[in-house]
Amino acid sequence: MATMQIDAMAPAAAASERAAGRLWRAIRSNKKAMTGAVILLVFAIWAIFPGQIAHDNPQAFAYGRSLGPSAAHLLGTNALGQDLFAQLIWGARETLTIALVSGVLSTLLSMIMGIAAAYLGGWWDNSLNLITDILLVIPTFPLLIVIIAYYPHSGLIPMIAVLVITGYSYGARQLRAEALSMRSRDFLEAARVRGERSIYIIFVEIIPSMTSLIVAVFLGTAVYNVIAAATLQWIGFGDPNSVSWGTMLYWAQNGEALSTGQYLWAIAPGVCIGLLGAAFALVQYAFDEIGSPALQRVRLSRRRYVAPWRIRAERAR
Amino acid sequence: MRHALRRLGFFLVTLWGCLTLNFVLPRLMPGSPIIDMMAKYHGRVSPKALAAIEVAFGVDTHTNLVVQYFQYLGNTFTGNFGMSLTQTEPVSQVISGAIWWTIGLIGVTTVLGFILGTLIGIIGAWRRGGFLDGLLPPVFVIATSIPFFWVGMLLILFVSRFFPTFPTSGAYSYSATPSLSWPFIVDVLQHALLPALAILVTTIGGWILTMRNTMVTVLAEDYVRMARAKGLPGWRIMFDYAARNAMLPNLSGFAMSLGFVLSGAIAVEYLFSYQGVGYYLLLAVVNQDYALMQALFLLITVAVLVAILAADILTAILDPRTRTAG
Repeated sequence: MATMQIDAMAPAAAASERAAGRLWRAIRSNKKAMTGAVILLVFAIWAIFPGQIAHDNPQAFAYGRSLGPSAAHLLGTNALGQDLFAQLIWGARETLTIALVSGVLSTLLSMIMGIAAAYLGGWWDNSLNLITDILLVIPTFPLLIVIIAYYPHSGLIPMIAVLVITGYSYGARQLRAEALSMRSRDFLEAARVRGERSIYIIFVEIIPSMTSLIVAVFLGTAVYNVIAAATLQWIGFGDPNSVSWGTMLYWAQNGEALSTGQYLWAIAPGVCIGLLGAAFALVQYAFDEIGSPALQRVRLSRRRYVAPWRIRAERAR
Repeated sequence: MRHALRRLGFFLVTLWGCLTLNFVLPRLMPGSPIIDMMAKYHGRVSPKALAAIEVAFGVDTHTNLVVQYFQYLGNTFTGNFGMSLTQTEPVSQVISGAIWWTIGLIGVTTVLGFILGTLIGIIGAWRRGGFLDGLLPPVFVIATSIPFFWVGMLLILFVSRFFPTFPTSGAYSYSATPSLSWPFIVDVLQHALLPALAILVTTIGGWILTMRNTMVTVLAEDYVRMARAKGLPGWRIMFDYAARNAMLPNLSGFAMSLGFVLSGAIAVEYLFSYQGVGYYLLLAVVNQDYALMQALFLLITVAVLVAILAADILTAILDPRTRTAG
């Protein structure tokens, strides 16, 4: 029995290793993916070592107000006397955290709801799928606002929770479709005949063979969450004392940066949000091209079929 | 027929789900934002309005939950949403004032974006590898990952720098009185220009990409080759043979996006203080005007549900394949 286990595990492990190798080669050979990866890396460095890059305290009201860029303040200061460069660098931390944590959690929820529905079938499939479908058509951003409205100024955790709950449905639907199409494949039949448990089949057989779609779902959700969180923070639904790009835009808006000509205050955080979103989108775009050529066209066209209104619905405006 | 019935069933279930969500959400919250809100407005609005709020949000604990639920459903179906605390007029009046501005601004922009985006997509796919095809997709991939409101902020910056007299907020000038006169129409158009541009820039990419991608697939079909072999003029193949068949995803997307008109531009309306549905939704949220908020959320959701139903039916009419598949 033990050897059989190992035999059964080995191909899966090898497959995921192969997938990782393929992924790396694909990223390196694809210009779009490489650009996206480099941007992500730079922001990750900002987020991990902000103190090494910007020596000023991002929250101290310690400097002259509305100074222009200079050697001491690379991007100048805002109307409250805070150093903008320090805010920008430190802001990467919270913004990236929101993107990653909410992206990972909502991908996990998509996997649970989508794959479980497809695999368990019957009553489970119907009820899980109905919940997903309902959440898919409720306009997300108004729902997000309404829920946040009942939790005013409560910080990051409720915001991430709401982003996860409102944002998982599209991914769940894609994963369910993929898992449904795999249900009758031979290797799953073989696993069932071997007498493997459902948990084993789902985690060792199904999920590894869906890696590329799962990554695509994660990247898509991350782009959306970056924009949605920034919009919420800009409107003032975040913690106004935190340091993030969305909060910077909130203060820029409140400090009348637009009408008083403090361009960098409003432009710099927006550029960073745009770059972060674009980086995720570029990597995702490249992923569409990487998938096996035979599947590529089918999957592309299926996704595009839902995409236009989804993009429009989901864009946090 | 069976397909249509199933879609209708889903529509009703989802509608019920949204109604219930709207009822449950304020009652689930820890602490009571409603009680806070009542304390804040106490003495400032009539006791009658507050009593209505108590009923609507379940603060009045004497009635049991089931009765409250049916009262709520009854009120919703008769359009009785209560008083708006911030606007001091019935919620239904606030909505009927706001909705036309949103439909005007976002509706027109949606139609424009659809037409322009589809045309650009058709031409891009037709001249595959050409200048337009090489330039536009990457530009719009980036444009779609920029926050909508930030594009608007840049527009305001630019305009207030170079055209300081150009209006950047509101739907029309304070000094103007709404009428159907020429100066007023010009005034409205001027106010709509910037928000419309911000929406166009960030949404047109979706139409272009979808149209281009389906068009590329359709152009590889045999009947297109056949048309070429017959020696038909290029524009006829492009529009009558290829684009006509490649339109379907964009068309059903368009039907749905009309439903998202109301929810579409909350951030843009907020940024430009454009008195539409999204602006009032945020105003209601910020001022804890829950009655107005609930009604607006319901309105937005119903619009989306109706549009999705319409898009389903449209697709079924236009594409015979979906009828048999359902």
